[in-house]
Amino acid sequence: MDGAIGKDRRELLKACTGLVTGVVLLGSPFASLATARAWEVRLGAFTSPQASTLMSVLRTILPHDKLDDLAYAQVIHALDEQARADVNFASMLTKGLEQLGDSFPSKSEIERVEELKKIESSEFFRAVRQKEVEVLYATPAAYSYFGYEGEAFSKGGYLHRGFNDLHWLPEVPAEDSGPIPGVG
Amino acid sequence: MNGARESMTSIPLNDDQAVVIIGSGAGGGTLAHELTRRDIPVVLLEAGKRQSTETFSQVPGEAFQQLTWLDTRTQSGDWGVARDFPNMPVWHCKTLGGTTVHWTASAPRLQPWELKAKTTYGEVAGTSLIDWPIAYEELAKYYELAEARMRVTRRNGVPGLPASNNFKVMYAGAKKLGYKQVHTGHMAINSRAYDGRGYCIQQGFCVQGCKMGAKWSTLYTEIPQAEATGKLDLRLESTARRIEHGKDGRVNAVVYRDLHGLEKKQRARIVCVAGNAIETARLLLLSESSQFPNGLANSSGQVGRNYCHQVTGFVWGIFDKPVYSWRGATLAGVVEDESVNNPSRGFFGGYRIELVTLDLPTFPLVGLPYGWGREFTSIIENYRNLSGMFINGEDLPRSQNRVTLNAKVKDVYGLPVANVHVEEHANDQALRAHAQGQMTKMFDAVGAKRVVKGPTPPATHNLCTARMSSLPDAGVTNHWGQAHDVKNLFVSDGSALTTPGSANPTLTIVALALRQAEFISREMKAGDL
Repeated sequence: MDGAIGKDRRELLKACTGLVTGVVLLGSPFASLATARAWEVRLGAFTSPQASTLMSVLRTILPHDKLDDLAYAQVIHALDEQARADVNFASMLTKGLEQLGDSFPSKSEIERVEELKKIESSEFFRAVRQKEVEVLYATPAAYSYFGYEGEAFSKGGYLHRGFNDLHWLPEVPAEDSGPIPGVG
Repeated sequence: MNGARESMTSIPLNDDQAVVIIGSGAGGGTLAHELTRRDIPVVLLEAGKRQSTETFSQVPGEAFQQLTWLDTRTQSGDWGVARDFPNMPVWHCKTLGGTTVHWTASAPRLQPWELKAKTTYGEVAGTSLIDWPIAYEELAKYYELAEARMRVTRRNGVPGLPASNNFKVMYAGAKKLGYKQVHTGHMAINSRAYDGRGYCIQQGFCVQGCKMGAKWSTLYTEIPQAEATGKLDLRLESTARRIEHGKDGRVNAVVYRDLHGLEKKQRARIVCVAGNAIETARLLLLSESSQFPNGLANSSGQVGRNYCHQVTGFVWGIFDKPVYSWRGATLAGVVEDESVNNPSRGFFGGYRIELVTLDLPTFPLVGLPYGWGREFTSIIENYRNLSGMFINGEDLPRSQNRVTLNAKVKDVYGLPVANVHVEEHANDQALRAHAQGQMTKMFDAVGAKRVVKGPTPPATHNLCTARMSSLPDAGVTNHWGQAHDVKNLFVSDGSALTTPGSANPTLTIVALALRQAEFISREMKAGDL
């Protein structure tokens, strides 16, 4: 894993204000992705309660119930990095989280959606949503969850790894398709 | 081939005999090769760095940062891009090879009637339509040369690319609707190894730079061949900021920032601008002078106007079985039957239905309409089971759709950035609605559970801002791409297209560059340039 998880712990501890932790269940597709079963993301701009609210906001904006917290934690990490580098961004985010309050995570999804709808045009919501859309689906956990196989050059492309393995529709006649290269 | 380094050939700044080409993409890169192989010295200014098949990142976000022109642009108008992508009206490259590094290599021809849009469609209110000053028969000769050079599939006996999963869905849907011209496309992607470049191994990473070099790009075809002539002085990370002229009204130098940010002035015999339609127009406008107060080559007031971008947009079908659409050449599939002018559909001009897919990180960023919550994520949950199609249709030119200088927003050197203004014509909207309807029917015909219409993404086909015209007051350049106002100034990219038609533009840009190179060479030899 990239990000804070693999960084030097001593340096991070110095500036640590909060923590997001989780455990990757053995046997889940994410087990091989994490450096250890237990993971943590140390934060420099958010407190642990703020991170907990943020986690709940992220899971309400882009809910994928079976996608591991680890993927969402990387969005928190990305927001934390930006907040550490930009005090105005940090204060905008912490104000937004304060307004939602510590009780936000314990509310029902319907209530959480209602609350977020009210602030949908706010700078806070737009910034969080944008970062989440950018980061969440680029995480290894998301690749694994959605079945996306990604980069293929190092494996010889998909030419011999399923680019034409769909068989629930008729095959395309030769004149409208083309020969497999390197064969015959 | 790795890393940014200057060319071995050195042309002095005060040498006034070289042709200076600004931009190294489909137009500029091809022109540089064509001139140098005729022994004409060329200084090629490229704003970006040199990447290679070794350095292309295959992490989508990194590849985007590596290749994309990210300098600030602003935009205005009512098109969907202004709403959905306010900071990014257009998506093209800043890298050696220009936009041919990230293009998806669809290489169809414009059709004869598309070169006569005004004659074919008649007077259409609210447009600035004109006919091309070139007959199809003339352009066809250069299409043949371009297709042979780019090794376009299904031309000259070159086999097509094999059908991918995603294309099988398109094909089955198209056939259910009775479409006849459906195949894996005229692609500038090697279906067989050719010319030292590998064949397509169906990576699905066309947009990130093809690590096989199977996709034609000036980066590893025209430019190294130009370098091998010993006549090319390639200057990377060099951004043109002004074209200067003498009292005789001829251009004589290009002022640029070099890779250290230092201002340099390269004398020139001829200047060819090929910076993509946004920067080409901006550079001409920035080059105003007392003799050309509205910008260089702009006595007509047409520089930057008639901006066309083609009608585009995604449509996704969700199935109950896997498609794995990301496996395979991104755009290798087309339905050509709608690329006709049939006003009974409710609009002028035609469109192509093209295969498309997006990698997972890019899909929700660019491929889906704005959204969040379960409605939004329920689409992404089906990523395995998605199939995609893309509209590539003709948009009609309008005088008010234009690139201008935004005096309020400056670049790092204090120069005004380009503003892109687009007001969609009702014809564009009718064409899009028809295309989305047909694509929906295609997906429904093969059992889609759900069809999702995506947004119009940032424009990748930026065209017509210095268009060729017979009449000097209707455009910026003549049929050679030569400025009406300035004899030794040429426009050598998509800016010079008179109208966009419904064909992806790169093949046409290359064909015009081949033709322009012949003209420049001939005129230089005759002493006329």
